[in-house]
Amino acid sequence: MDWTALTLSLRLAAWTVVLLLPLGVIVARALAWRRFPGKGFVEGLIALPLVLPPTVLGFYLLITFGSGSPVGRAFESAFGSSLVFTFAGLLLASIVFNLPFAIQPIQRAFEGIPADLREAAWVSGLSRWETFWRIELPLAWPGVLSALVLTFAHTLGEFGVVLMVGGNIAGETRTIAISIYDRVQAFDDRSAATMSAFLLAFSFIGIGLVSHLTRRIGSRHG
Amino acid sequence: MGEAPGPGLTVKLAQDAPIPLDAALACEPGELLALVGPSGSGKSTILRVIAGLVRPRGGVVSCNGEAWLDTGRGVDLPPQRRAVGLVFQHYALFPHLTALENITLALRSLPRAAQHERARALLELVNLTGFEARRPAELSGGQQQRIAVARALARDPRVLLMDEPFSAVDQVTRRKLQRELVQLRRTLQIPLVLVTHDLEEARMLADQLSILHRGQTVRRGPPAEVMSRPGEAQVARMIGLTNLFDSVVRDQRPEADQTLLEWRGRLLEARHDGAFAPGTRVTWVIPPENVILHRRDRPSRGERENPVSGVVDEFVPLGELASVRVLVDGADALPLSFVVPSHVARRNGVAPGVTVTVSLLAEGIHLMPAEDRRGQGGS
Repeated sequence: MDWTALTLSLRLAAWTVVLLLPLGVIVARALAWRRFPGKGFVEGLIALPLVLPPTVLGFYLLITFGSGSPVGRAFESAFGSSLVFTFAGLLLASIVFNLPFAIQPIQRAFEGIPADLREAAWVSGLSRWETFWRIELPLAWPGVLSALVLTFAHTLGEFGVVLMVGGNIAGETRTIAISIYDRVQAFDDRSAATMSAFLLAFSFIGIGLVSHLTRRIGSRHG
Repeated sequence: MGEAPGPGLTVKLAQDAPIPLDAALACEPGELLALVGPSGSGKSTILRVIAGLVRPRGGVVSCNGEAWLDTGRGVDLPPQRRAVGLVFQHYALFPHLTALENITLALRSLPRAAQHERARALLELVNLTGFEARRPAELSGGQQQRIAVARALARDPRVLLMDEPFSAVDQVTRRKLQRELVQLRRTLQIPLVLVTHDLEEARMLADQLSILHRGQTVRRGPPAEVMSRPGEAQVARMIGLTNLFDSVVRDQRPEADQTLLEWRGRLLEARHDGAFAPGTRVTWVIPPENVILHRRDRPSRGERENPVSGVVDEFVPLGELASVRVLVDGADALPLSFVVPSHVARRNGVAPGVTVTVSLLAEGIHLMPAEDRRGQGGS
């Protein structure tokens, strides 16, 4: 068992969730309720990581993060380190490839909230901010929870993008998924099996937890 | 909050798009105004404008002298700052909160202890004590409606708005809730605005009716007056009045309080209406309650008044009452509808195909400018 890789994966997944979920809620809410030109285009862009081969997405991210691109140069001059083959770059890539997993469930949840509930909150004297915290977020909670678990689990398991953008540097970019591949290449089947079993159990429990909680909240809401 | 003396609610709206609106409303404290019109007539939109959920291109909404909306002066208070209570058509209760929490959420300006006390008092007011901990999904339609009313009243509103509040429940519950509203009104000294497409409901509950057609307020007045004296044939048709006919004015007899009409070769006496000179074509309407069935066995008083005979075309027993449609002179174009107690219909042998005689009470005949229609077989 590669504990360094596991810790790194958990750290990456946790940071991805922490940074992506608030963003996901804002974007998902806007997509659910607002109409603006180019909305279909934005939705398509967000869904792209679902269908794009991870190596293709990884390739473009690698180009974008490299010192040949404005994004890569700007990051380097601001933080003094490169985005390529670093944890920071990996985190940014992780946020990008998790966009559909975070946004889509939350968007569906917001779309399920009838518009008159918000209006009822306003005429009951609640500000828009209070309405968000007291009405919208509690009602969209099952979607947020699904997004959380999907993003976390998906980050642990992502392979192609991580390998392209982060490479295979122990303690910096070697995630558990990369480590499994690494162990198989080294004929260390025992380690690979242990780590695979861990990922399998973790994913299964995560999915079970989501469906259980979603059902419980759903029944409470009637 | 102290009660500021004022003229209640006044609304004036004018816009061309997205929905044409040309509406003027006024509702005094303690008065119930019903906005009636077919779907798409703009009645819900007007309610939402009053609540601040929709902003019209042009208009003024003021309550007790305070301007909530005045597009000319750039005033447009958000819903949070308008003291309105709004009962939504499907109630819009917060599904994740209990009945009590649904109400306390609208009481957030009060200290916590006072919130609970007030919410319990409101639940008692709507006869739902004991249901504090239930969530909306665990309540019947009628109970949900009562929670919605309690929540709307929680803010201590200056205006109570109700959007088709009885449309989502069954008939029995509807009658019960309507009676409760009549009771509740006695405790409320604020303007009440009820949107409905059900004219019977409006007639039963409202002090004032406002008839809406394509965003325009076409007629306003006490229900009995609007229903019996709609003023225009178009309005009469819109509020579903039957018994509209064309005639020519033959004579004016103010001294006898009479206007004589010629209708299919017979003279009808109507209550005097000097607005139409002899020779003028008019459209007239008679509410069903002013059509009196003659007894078959012997004549009774009042039967000399405008006797008209016809063949019963349709007879629909509706429990205690029966609805009858008679074709005057046997002519298809002249259906005359009225309602009689079922036992009276039985005793007089009213059935399809039977010839009956009725009196058209002069008092109930209302004259309006002639409407250009064909096939009515006027004078």
